[in-house]
Amino acid sequence: MANWIFLIPLAPLIAAVVNFIFGRWYLRDRAHWLAILGVAISFGVSVAVVAQVARDEVALSQHLYTWIPAGDFQVPVTLTVDQLTAVMLLVVTGVSLLVHIYSVGYMHGDPGFYRFFAYLPLFVFSMLMLVLANNYLLLFVFWEAVGLCSYLLIGFWYRRRSAAQAAKKAFVVNRVGDFGFGLGVMLIFVHLGTLEYTGVFAQVGALPQGTITAIALLLFTGAIGKSAQIPLFVWLPDAMEGPTPVSALIHAATMVTAGIFMVARSWPIFAASPDAMLVVAIIGAATAFVAATIGLTQYDIKKVVAYSTVSQLGYMAFALGSGAWVAAIFHLTTHAFFKALLFLGAGSVIHAMHDEQDMRRMGGLKRHLPLTYWTFLIGSAANAGIFPLAGFWSKDEVIVGAWVGGRPIVAIVGLVAALFTSLYMFRVVFLTFHGPERFDAHTVHPHESPPVMAVPLLILSVGAVFAGFLGVPPERGVFHRFLEPVFSGHGAEVHHVSTATTLTFGLISTAVALAGLGLAYAAYVRGAIKPAVVAARLGPLYQLAYRRWYFDEIYEALIVHPLYRLSVWLWRVVDIGIIDGAVNGVAGLVNFTAQRWRRVQTGLVANYALAIALGTVIIVGVYLIVGSTLFQ
Amino acid sequence: MDGFPILSALTYVPLVGAAIIFFWPRASARAARWIALGASLVSLALSLVMLAGFDRDASGMQFVEHYDWLPALGVSYHFGVDGISVLLLVLTTLLTTLAIVASWDPVQHRVREYMISMLLLETGMLGVFVSLDLFLFYIFWEVMLIPMALLIGVWGSANRIYAAVKFFLYTLAGSLLMLVGIIALYQAYFEQTGIRTLNVLELQQGNYGHSFQMWVFAAFFIAFAIKMPMWPFHTWLPDAHVEAPTAGSVLLAGVLLKMGGYGLLRFNLPLFPDAARSWAPAIMALSVIGIIYGALVALVQTDLKKLVAYSSVSHMGFVTLGIFAFNAQGLYGAMIVMLSHGLVTSALFLCVGIIYERGHTRLISRFGGLATNMPIYASFLGLFSLASLGLPGLSGFVGEFLSILGAFRAERVAGVIAFAVVILSAWYMLWMYQRVAWQRAPSEPPDPTDPEAKQAGAPHPVMGGAEADAVDPRTFRDVTWRELVTLAPLAVLTLWMGWAPQWFMDVLRPALELVASPFGRIGF
Repeated sequence: MANWIFLIPLAPLIAAVVNFIFGRWYLRDRAHWLAILGVAISFGVSVAVVAQVARDEVALSQHLYTWIPAGDFQVPVTLTVDQLTAVMLLVVTGVSLLVHIYSVGYMHGDPGFYRFFAYLPLFVFSMLMLVLANNYLLLFVFWEAVGLCSYLLIGFWYRRRSAAQAAKKAFVVNRVGDFGFGLGVMLIFVHLGTLEYTGVFAQVGALPQGTITAIALLLFTGAIGKSAQIPLFVWLPDAMEGPTPVSALIHAATMVTAGIFMVARSWPIFAASPDAMLVVAIIGAATAFVAATIGLTQYDIKKVVAYSTVSQLGYMAFALGSGAWVAAIFHLTTHAFFKALLFLGAGSVIHAMHDEQDMRRMGGLKRHLPLTYWTFLIGSAANAGIFPLAGFWSKDEVIVGAWVGGRPIVAIVGLVAALFTSLYMFRVVFLTFHGPERFDAHTVHPHESPPVMAVPLLILSVGAVFAGFLGVPPERGVFHRFLEPVFSGHGAEVHHVSTATTLTFGLISTAVALAGLGLAYAAYVRGAIKPAVVAARLGPLYQLAYRRWYFDEIYEALIVHPLYRLSVWLWRVVDIGIIDGAVNGVAGLVNFTAQRWRRVQTGLVANYALAIALGTVIIVGVYLIVGSTLFQ
Repeated sequence: MDGFPILSALTYVPLVGAAIIFFWPRASARAARWIALGASLVSLALSLVMLAGFDRDASGMQFVEHYDWLPALGVSYHFGVDGISVLLLVLTTLLTTLAIVASWDPVQHRVREYMISMLLLETGMLGVFVSLDLFLFYIFWEVMLIPMALLIGVWGSANRIYAAVKFFLYTLAGSLLMLVGIIALYQAYFEQTGIRTLNVLELQQGNYGHSFQMWVFAAFFIAFAIKMPMWPFHTWLPDAHVEAPTAGSVLLAGVLLKMGGYGLLRFNLPLFPDAARSWAPAIMALSVIGIIYGALVALVQTDLKKLVAYSSVSHMGFVTLGIFAFNAQGLYGAMIVMLSHGLVTSALFLCVGIIYERGHTRLISRFGGLATNMPIYASFLGLFSLASLGLPGLSGFVGEFLSILGAFRAERVAGVIAFAVVILSAWYMLWMYQRVAWQRAPSEPPDPTDPEAKQAGAPHPVMGGAEADAVDPRTFRDVTWRELVTLAPLAVLTLWMGWAPQWFMDVLRPALELVASPFGRIGF
């Protein structure tokens, strides 16, 4: 199969290029066929390749060509499939395929239909190349390429200023992370002379501790941007300006997990630096907590799901920071199912409500949208970690991983965030689907989505229910045994978890999730707790969460605006005033002097005669003084 | 092929074209255009033939033409190319052809004189890249100046005389310094060996004292730094670009700016390696300042051409940064940045020219939403903007990354600061793209479904508001076939250089190894 790996990224690329060039005039509303075909081929080949990897337990690779040969800096384009890549391949192609199918219904009738089905396969191509890369520069290339696709799709409805703004913001904020990532890549090359994973991991242990930490933290900066961790998560909620299938695929299931994937991929570097690991764990835990608090207070259905994504990415990050590599990837996988499901479900609601996203103008939709309701409920329960759905197994494992990895505080923060998760998820469910109808029934007639949208919802909800069983029994499931070869060697520490710990945390997690459910029920169905009263009592704390911890305002005031002022000053004062002023000043000085000297040319012979006479006298005088002996 | 003086042929074909137009006073504008296009195409074809016959493994000069000219003075007629000049040569013939196509309809005033200027300029530019005798080099260097100043001063916009004079005097000041340097070098070599020569390859064999090197290096360097232009010698560039006609900007950005980097690689490094090493910290510092400064100033420009001009200042910083890292990655990076900038920035100026033809303004704030009625245009503009901001997979990234990697390897801090530009370049380029191709133009009614519609028309806190006027971008038609012909080759080359730079790097390798040899060939 190794010789066919190139087909995995190539098929969606061809679809993207053909749709982009011929979509507008020829393919128009038929553009989706090619895109779906491309992604389906990619999925099929992936399954075959992964099957071989699973059977032989060796990584497959295919060298395509040398991209950059600059002296001793050689960058090959080589595709490699090991177990970690295999998991990512299945997640990416699987979810992509479902989202493509769903989009046929969701984007139906949009004037940019062909454009959508050019950008989406382009994203699939980039994401697949990202996970298939065998070296850091190639990873970086497609790291930026998925960022481009994200930019194009967030700004899909480009006439809206808010969408255009959000797209630019996403790209620029990600570039801040990429700045660190790129420096990390350069540091690796300068110290190790190679960028290929195998070579880097084999040698990294020999570097001084400080260098390893620097490399690890710089790489993690990239992950902070791409996987929306504090302090760079601000772009992800704004990214919801894009069409909802985009949010499901790019901003929930796949692209945002690239940072998690990258850190897991680089685990020998991180594992060699306890300091870097601690930073990763702290940032992950803080992200999980902060995003969950914000999620509690938002009213836009997509925004809640978006903050939930940020929060879940925080879980994955702190799992990585605790050395629970498999747990992080496991949570990544289950999250891909239930978060894609939640976004697509939210999309179905928005579609049904004629582009209404505010939950205060929804309610009682259970009757109108039964299928959406049930699938969304499954997704919510999975996200909340209700036993025995997918999210329960993976989130529990993440928290246990932090506990046994020697980070008890992180584990406790994770449990608190889990309570919030359950609360905000069921808040969405109850506000949207239960209670009275708060929309104008005369103008809005909610209708269930067409089958092309419903089928992906059903398939994903099957995944959200059963994907967790891949990891059962905890620590020893199919998933763990499959990934084991990737995360061994290089001095890996293995924490064995006792059955008692597993059981205890399982019970605590369940209790926490049910508590969240109960609170949401009490507040939004029974009305026993008045959310408005609680919000008023919490006062500034509520405002802090509602205003998203003021991150955007702080950046605007401390970075964006000062930088802009500085630029204006550099242009107006330094460039035009000083530098160009000096240039024109020199020219002006020459002109000024010349104007003065011009006066000498009077044109009067008498003046010239006088000048000649004076000159002669001076020259002769000087000669007599200096050159002759007359005065000596 | 043997014996056919292909370098002379491709250099003088445009001159012959210019002569035909000049001595045929009854020639119509139409005839002048076709003659110019024909001459530039012949030159392009000859350069491609030469490229095909270029031996990529050989080090040293190829297609050499060497005749005594003024033997008493040591002046010879000496042409030749290596990997560095051969690519710049093809870039020149390509861009001139495209520039002539781009001025087909927009230029209606004094077409004969315009085309004569273009062709003379081409001969001057090609001559600079093929000359291996300093006398000849200097002649071509100055020849090129006049038609360019005329293009700006006659066919430019409102403030064209100021810009043309500034361009001319500024560059001339630099050239005169270089002339002093040439004479000093000539004299020093004569005193050392008793041989009078201006042959660059021979002069490289001399041993020059350190303080002599320092001074003559500076004389050459300032000439090249002005041409490049390097911060703080850059202020002629925004004026020249804004006033120049589109084709003038294309050649100015695409070819003329490359002469600075070319001169450094051809003269400064091989002739004065010790001085280069001594000057390197200062030059790297100026490069880093230029990179960041150019990007910041580009951010606040209201005029599209000025934005691209300041982005050029930023990009050209990578050239000097890479060269003075003295290692393989830096040198490759510098060359790839030059080539890539030649393609991408030329294309961006063509893009600006296309909407200037339609709206007669270059103010960013007047445009908006062009992606709707000009989808092909918006795709090209997007592609070149992304290439300019260094998106991997397009040509800009390869050069910038290598140049920064080289700098990072040589001087950690310089690499780190320079790399920060990836944030700024994304900011100014995408913001420009957002305001030109996306959103709504100020002349359109606001979008009622957009929650931020209220803000769209609000005056910007710093730059002031854009008054809606007669420019309605919704009426612009998409690119014509002629415009497509100018953009498409550049797009293809940008993609090619982004995905498979290997071919270009193979051509460059022997020449760059030679440049690096006095510096220990680090990284090769």
